[in-house]
Amino acid sequence: MHLTEVVNNGFLFLAPWLVFAPLVGLLINSIFGHKFSERGVGAVASLASGAAFVVSILLAYSVSINHGEVLRWKLAEWMHIGNLSLDWTFRVDSLSATMMLVVSGVGTLIHIYAIGYMHEDVRFKHEENRFRRFFIFLNLFIASMMILVSGDSYMMLFVGWEGVGLCSFLLIGFWFEMDTLARPSWANSDAAKKAFITNRVGDFGFLIAGFLMFWHLGSFQFDAVFENATHAEPWVIVLITLFMLIGVAGKSAQIPLYIWLPDAMAGPTPVSALIHAATMVTAGVYLVTRSAPLYSLVPQAQYIVAMTGAATALFAATIAVGQYDIKKVLAYSTISQLGFMVAAVGMGAYVAGMFHLITHAFFKALLFLSAGSVILGLERGHHHAEHARHAEEPKGKHKKAEHHDEHHEVFDPGDMRNMGGLRKTMPVTFWLYMIGTLALAGIFPFAGFWSKDEILLDASLHFTSIYWQLTIAAFFTAFYMGRQIWMVFFGEARHEAAAHAEESPKVMTLPLVALAVLSVAGGALNLPFEGYHNLGHWLGYTLGEVEGLPLNLQVAGISTALALSAIFISWLIYGRKPLKIGQPDPLKKPLGFIFTGMENKWFVDEGYFALIISPFKKLSQFLADVIDWKFWHDFVHDTIIFGTYNWVSSIALNDYADQKGIDAFANGLGTWTQNFSTAMRKIQNGFVRSYALSVLFGVVFILGYLLLK
Amino acid sequence: MEFLLQPLTLMTFFPLVGVLVILFMNPEQKSAIRWTALVTSLITFVISLWVFSKFESSNPDLQLDAKYAWIQVAGWNIYYYLAVDGLSILLVLLTTFLTPISILSTWTAVEDRVKDFMIFFLLLEVGMSGVFLAQDLFLFYIFWEFTLVPMYFLIGIWGGPRRLYAAVKFFLYTMAGSILMLLAILWLGIKTASFNMPEMLARLPDLYASGAIDPRTQMLLFIAFAAAFAIKVPMWPLHSWLPDAHVEAPTAGSIILAGVLLKMGTYGFLRFNLSLFPQAAVDAAPTIALLATIGIIYGAAVSYAQTDVKKLVAYSSVSHLGFVMLGLFALNPEGIAGALLQMINHGISTGALFLLVGMIYEQTHTREIKVYGGLWKITPLYGIIMLIVALSSMGLPGLNGFVGEFTILLGAFGSKAIGSPWYAGISALGVIMAAVYILYMFQKMFLGPQGEIIEDAKKHGHPIRDLNWREIITVLPLLIFIFWIGLYPAPFFNIMAPAIDKIIALLPL
Repeated sequence: MHLTEVVNNGFLFLAPWLVFAPLVGLLINSIFGHKFSERGVGAVASLASGAAFVVSILLAYSVSINHGEVLRWKLAEWMHIGNLSLDWTFRVDSLSATMMLVVSGVGTLIHIYAIGYMHEDVRFKHEENRFRRFFIFLNLFIASMMILVSGDSYMMLFVGWEGVGLCSFLLIGFWFEMDTLARPSWANSDAAKKAFITNRVGDFGFLIAGFLMFWHLGSFQFDAVFENATHAEPWVIVLITLFMLIGVAGKSAQIPLYIWLPDAMAGPTPVSALIHAATMVTAGVYLVTRSAPLYSLVPQAQYIVAMTGAATALFAATIAVGQYDIKKVLAYSTISQLGFMVAAVGMGAYVAGMFHLITHAFFKALLFLSAGSVILGLERGHHHAEHARHAEEPKGKHKKAEHHDEHHEVFDPGDMRNMGGLRKTMPVTFWLYMIGTLALAGIFPFAGFWSKDEILLDASLHFTSIYWQLTIAAFFTAFYMGRQIWMVFFGEARHEAAAHAEESPKVMTLPLVALAVLSVAGGALNLPFEGYHNLGHWLGYTLGEVEGLPLNLQVAGISTALALSAIFISWLIYGRKPLKIGQPDPLKKPLGFIFTGMENKWFVDEGYFALIISPFKKLSQFLADVIDWKFWHDFVHDTIIFGTYNWVSSIALNDYADQKGIDAFANGLGTWTQNFSTAMRKIQNGFVRSYALSVLFGVVFILGYLLLK
Repeated sequence: MEFLLQPLTLMTFFPLVGVLVILFMNPEQKSAIRWTALVTSLITFVISLWVFSKFESSNPDLQLDAKYAWIQVAGWNIYYYLAVDGLSILLVLLTTFLTPISILSTWTAVEDRVKDFMIFFLLLEVGMSGVFLAQDLFLFYIFWEFTLVPMYFLIGIWGGPRRLYAAVKFFLYTMAGSILMLLAILWLGIKTASFNMPEMLARLPDLYASGAIDPRTQMLLFIAFAAAFAIKVPMWPLHSWLPDAHVEAPTAGSIILAGVLLKMGTYGFLRFNLSLFPQAAVDAAPTIALLATIGIIYGAAVSYAQTDVKKLVAYSSVSHLGFVMLGLFALNPEGIAGALLQMINHGISTGALFLLVGMIYEQTHTREIKVYGGLWKITPLYGIIMLIVALSSMGLPGLNGFVGEFTILLGAFGSKAIGSPWYAGISALGVIMAAVYILYMFQKMFLGPQGEIIEDAKKHGHPIRDLNWREIITVLPLLIFIFWIGLYPAPFFNIMAPAIDKIIALLPL
């Protein structure tokens, strides 16, 4: 029953090229890239990613001509030992094809954008030769992500799962020698390390789930696992799904493992868009969706997943309100939106979750990339302002350099308090950002409206508490996005850099236009009207056909009204009277300690540090210095054992030190050929002493045994 | 002549040809000596490939026997007996593979007494191959002890400041364990009237069944063998000699020590403890799993607190070999195969780590982690290679370390002999902790702002350079295996599977 015969597999044979294409790009750039221009490197990488996109389209087509049949392509054996049998088998079905399209589609647009972005970024960070490395890592990411979404077993998925974690590490720490303001620092590499280690905590959960799966369900292959799960005891499935949830929490930044994602904004902005908003972080949502047959067996576990998602959605949304960094706001927003998706798939609303995953990929990538455009716009403005000032100043090389450094210290192009009035200087970016914002806030008829509404509708039908958590989170979403829009684009410039900000080049804005179109029209994928549940129907091939829900005017009405009022309130606070230079956030006073909490991310990082990191450091220090070294190494071994031995042997044998023996031997060796016998006599004094003593014991013992036997 | 041309004999003793040639060379002709040693070890490697080509992997039994009666007095029945099977072939290949790499790593690092160094190194290779091939316990013991001698001098003469202390400690510590094993070997040899493995294995079941060797004695014998092997591995808490030996040993010594010598311990468990004392092995499994689990966690935690990079890698071995022990005593195909593969992996990855650490040490003469920082910026190639090796060491899927660790944990998780998934569950935490200490090391050395050593080196007229061609060639073969085993371990598993099934069939499970 696993494999119905498929007469015509279409383009299935291309499946491995999902991975190979980006790898080829990576190899070309690694080996020959130093001969290419920046554009050349970028073009190779973009073409590689684009090729993966083309393959994805052809594979999706193959699925559709086979009426949703699951297609498999075995590339090679992986691990076969005992009862373990794992292969490199690609799985193409409507679910994986959807993910492939999103990853390679959005990925390719971001590759193109990055050609423009990284050119400027390396310029501002004075590191011309990093450009190539960036695109190598980006291609590696696409390859890993493709393994993740196209693997036919949990373990092949895991390869991609950790692979994207590695890419995330490499790209967060891309500017590894500095912090986000390009000052020499450990900050970026710390953020990278934090992401990797936190993800490893999640991976631990994934592994344990895998072990349980193997010993209780007998396989890692999806269909075999699902088939056997129906006969298994429920507690097994509960354990498997909950350990898997730890993995999901790590990768998709849910409570309690979300803490790495805000720090991940240290990476270049295209990375934030691609990995930390559109694709990698949705892997957890994909995992739950893929495991739908498991989760559906255990409603208790489903409920915990849904609650985790809902709580994350609300919690992260409150933090976003108190942030000043344009990317940090978006980061917390991403955590919150991932919470929506996890809540959806937890409730069993897989189509809604996937739908939101797709639209979110569009509009959040758009927002991040636009934010990148804003940041570079400010960098340019800052550069100009600097330049102009230097022209006026008396020429003095030393002074100039000093001044430059000094100024570099303080200016943060990502801080919204340095912005204001950008709609005039960066009009294209402004409009793009507006579209992204409206989509995220869930305003009709933008993409986010349809997908978020579908989640809310499902929640309202089944889980009231989750419905209200998500609805309030949606209110906050509209509010913090409103706050951001007013602070960034309206009012007057609060910094000379903002006043001189410049629009970004076309290579950056054109991909944004494509994403903007998708953010506007993406809702059409799955409209809540009879006959328009296209995505639901398509995913139904894999997940089983579910009836699409019709539009519920009450749910849609409430959420729209809340979103609009949130935007209105944000206008009252931030738009009507724009922030002035140096003025604290107007919410600070009325909200008091609550705002301090939001501003400081509810001190969760500090809590983790006090409860886990610091104790672990101290413990390992204690084990290493006191237990292992002072006690075990120095006291027990050196003082007691070694001391006793020396004492015994000095009585038992004559007192040549080993030192003498070794030196004598070493000296002797130099003239070995001449004085072989002399040297041999010498070495016997020291080194062999130990040996002799040991053998003496042995011989005595054996003779004793033989005599007494 | 026929004796010498047997594949295993030839392979084992071929390095002696190099020793003989070098013996008559002028100590001042360092380059010629180096080349002689390298060529000798390369030829040995080629011979081992020839051996491998004759090896039938579908055959679970000992193959390519070289067997001669040796000492036959007073009822003692000692043979010169070399043979290979699926349990040892890969370790033999690892030995002949790592030796030329280690020799290459000394090219510019060892300037002192090159002649003596190379003689010892080639002698060491003879000993190591012998350990993995000997099928007569007496012969095995001789090879086993013999490896101590050259290693003792490699540490004692070419080591760091505390080399004498470390060398003596290494020697005494391993000696102490070996004594117990020697006693057990002699006892067994007398009891079974044979020292060679096939005969012993044929006779022991009857002795066990008839009660001539009672279970308690079996356990004592198991412990006596285990004492020697556990120290060599080293299992927690017998690891105290390891950091000293590693920190003081020259780079090549560390590579061989971590890469091959430690494997002699785990191999000993696999070859002798499991098959000679099957009941005791099953009974001891939970205890060993417990010690292995403690070792995994303890080694990882202690690694993280190290300030000396070589010491960090040394303690990481305690953790990694804990995994190997856990897998061995899972006593199921997944666990044992994982353990055997992980022995190879550890040899490759940790060998590569020591190699890479040695390459930077040669330039800066310091191993203090805190003086480094930002190396990746000035040595991009070195950085990326170190990253790959570090990731392999922390078990990133797609690289070799993962395949080993995953199958080990998988096996241990459902092991009947261990009897509880908790050991594997807790050991899996070691995977997180490995990320902690490995990334700490990588970050503090390669990422972040430039460390003081970079400026210092520039000031002294020797700015830190990226890898040169010799260094690239030295490390490249290791990288190939890191990817190969990670992506396509099937050939490796196929080689070991029949022999492992044969061992498992002996166990009363």
